[in-house]
Amino acid sequence: MMSNEIMLMKGNEAMAEAAIIAGCRHYFAYPITPQNEVVAYMARRMPEVGGTFIQGESELASISMVMGAAAGGVRAMTSSSSPGMALKQEGISYLAGAELPCVIANVMRGGPGLGGIGGSQADYFQATRGGGNGDYRTIVLSPGSAQELADFTIEAFDLADQYRTPVMILADGFLGQISEAVRLPEPSGKTFEKPWAVTGAKNRKQNIVASLRLVPDGALEQHNYRLQEKYDTISRVLRRFDAYMAEDADWLLAAYGTSARVARTAVDRLRAQGVKAGLFRPTCVWPFPDRELQDLAAGARKVLSVEMSMGQMVEDVRLAVNGACEVDFYGRPGGAVPSVDDIIERVTEYEREEHSHIQAS
Amino acid sequence: MSVKNIPIYRRPEALADVRTHYCAGCGHGIIHKLLAEALGELEIIDNTIVIAPVGCSVLIYKYIDVDGCEAAHGRSPAVATGLKRALPDRIVISYQGDGDLLAIGAGETIHAANRGENITVIFVNNAVYGMTGGHVAPTSLEGQKTLTTPDGRNPADIGSPMRACEILDTLAAPVYIERTAVNNPASVRKTKKAIAKALRYQMEGRGYSFVEVLSMCPTNWGVEPVTAAEWVKDAMVPFYPMKVFRDRPADEAAEKKAS
Repeated sequence: MMSNEIMLMKGNEAMAEAAIIAGCRHYFAYPITPQNEVVAYMARRMPEVGGTFIQGESELASISMVMGAAAGGVRAMTSSSSPGMALKQEGISYLAGAELPCVIANVMRGGPGLGGIGGSQADYFQATRGGGNGDYRTIVLSPGSAQELADFTIEAFDLADQYRTPVMILADGFLGQISEAVRLPEPSGKTFEKPWAVTGAKNRKQNIVASLRLVPDGALEQHNYRLQEKYDTISRVLRRFDAYMAEDADWLLAAYGTSARVARTAVDRLRAQGVKAGLFRPTCVWPFPDRELQDLAAGARKVLSVEMSMGQMVEDVRLAVNGACEVDFYGRPGGAVPSVDDIIERVTEYEREEHSHIQAS
Repeated sequence: MSVKNIPIYRRPEALADVRTHYCAGCGHGIIHKLLAEALGELEIIDNTIVIAPVGCSVLIYKYIDVDGCEAAHGRSPAVATGLKRALPDRIVISYQGDGDLLAIGAGETIHAANRGENITVIFVNNAVYGMTGGHVAPTSLEGQKTLTTPDGRNPADIGSPMRACEILDTLAAPVYIERTAVNNPASVRKTKKAIAKALRYQMEGRGYSFVEVLSMCPTNWGVEPVTAAEWVKDAMVPFYPMKVFRDRPADEAAEKKAS
């Protein structure tokens, strides 16, 4: 398989192959639907490229294997789906605290609990608020196609190494399962020195990779301030979104992943009817492109957050819009997908309401 | 050269010149020293990474002056697995206590052993949770009083003590499994040999090696250090026999010699 070749691939497979292209040679995971293809793909592919694949005995073990490999200075990855991601939070918190780079993909399914196997976006809170214990954040990229699953994976490894932090790829079951044309990305060519890695203390002082700051001398407080500085830098630098017909939109839809694909179709149909709808699609949900959304919202009449959940990203949307205009929510949970017709009906209703409002006044 | 200038005993090179936080009579200090000696004698100090567990020895990298990596509670063998797979020519040691190894990390322990990871696990069994202040361990003995078994461990309620070596000895992959102790000088010497052998097997790429060390926790047993050492002999050893459960490289060498 070559970079730049166009192939028909499942989203899950595109992500897996991109990880190989990014130089990842250590992948550890536990099978769970709807991301099973990643595990199976890596099991076949890793030996071909001289890499390591282990089907861990659990999600807890798999993320800890990632921690060990990352501590050794290599590019490591794991993937899972919602109930499995809940288990991985233990390790993600340690990785963040010990400042280890790695890539973690969550191909979300419906919850809570075992839930179902249909695609969902109900882990937004978990992904963007830290997920595990302690004050930390993970960079969370939010692809919207099989192509972006591949492209973002390349970027995820670079971001992880650049900031020494876990990077999450937040996809949903539909994106993982969909088969689309994918142009396999080129490697970024970026390399990162890892003088902090535990490789044996040859001709240097010992390296320690740990989140523990036990001594009551303020070391943990200082460690947290330092982490926060890093998160502040990331928040300043990483502003990722895609705006579609958003500049002059009266009705701005906000959506990511599969929801954004539905929303985009709704925008096209609304525009065909003469309704000025637009789409704001964050391609990174932590940090959330809040100022950018607010700027667009300032010229809009209403922002409608469209999600495959009972309303999670809408909280970030409200924080971002910050009163610049009204914010509404439309979502469907548990493996259901918002429909184009429902979005159109809502927006048409907004127009009608406003029209009657104008007439009444 | 005068005789008095020849050092006959000194701090091993890999043992950091710092005070440990361990209690009086605790076995960790002895086991750390044995590990440090073995690392020096095998000349692998600058090629070794020790995985710190969660428990009393969580700061082992402060005392053993080699590269150190943390693990979540019980996940040391998984972290060791990832690290060893990333750096197969380095020596990776997972140093764990009884709660870490047999309770919260039982799954990681068994599966790393079953995969035959080329790592060394040093298991310090003192039959109690030390760091948390004396809660029952999977290895606490029947009738043993702990914070969470105030009337003594009752097997009808929480099960019988678990024997790590015996459990791992049911698996195909491990190459070396031995149980020793550090309650008297003879046992200490045996433990040193066992640790060195386990590390040597790892250096030779033979696979998974496991050394269980019966150790003292006078603080949480509520006894004097000397009494604690006696308790290892009188109470622990009868239930946890000290022996070599498996030494595949030695067996193979003997077979080769015989044929």
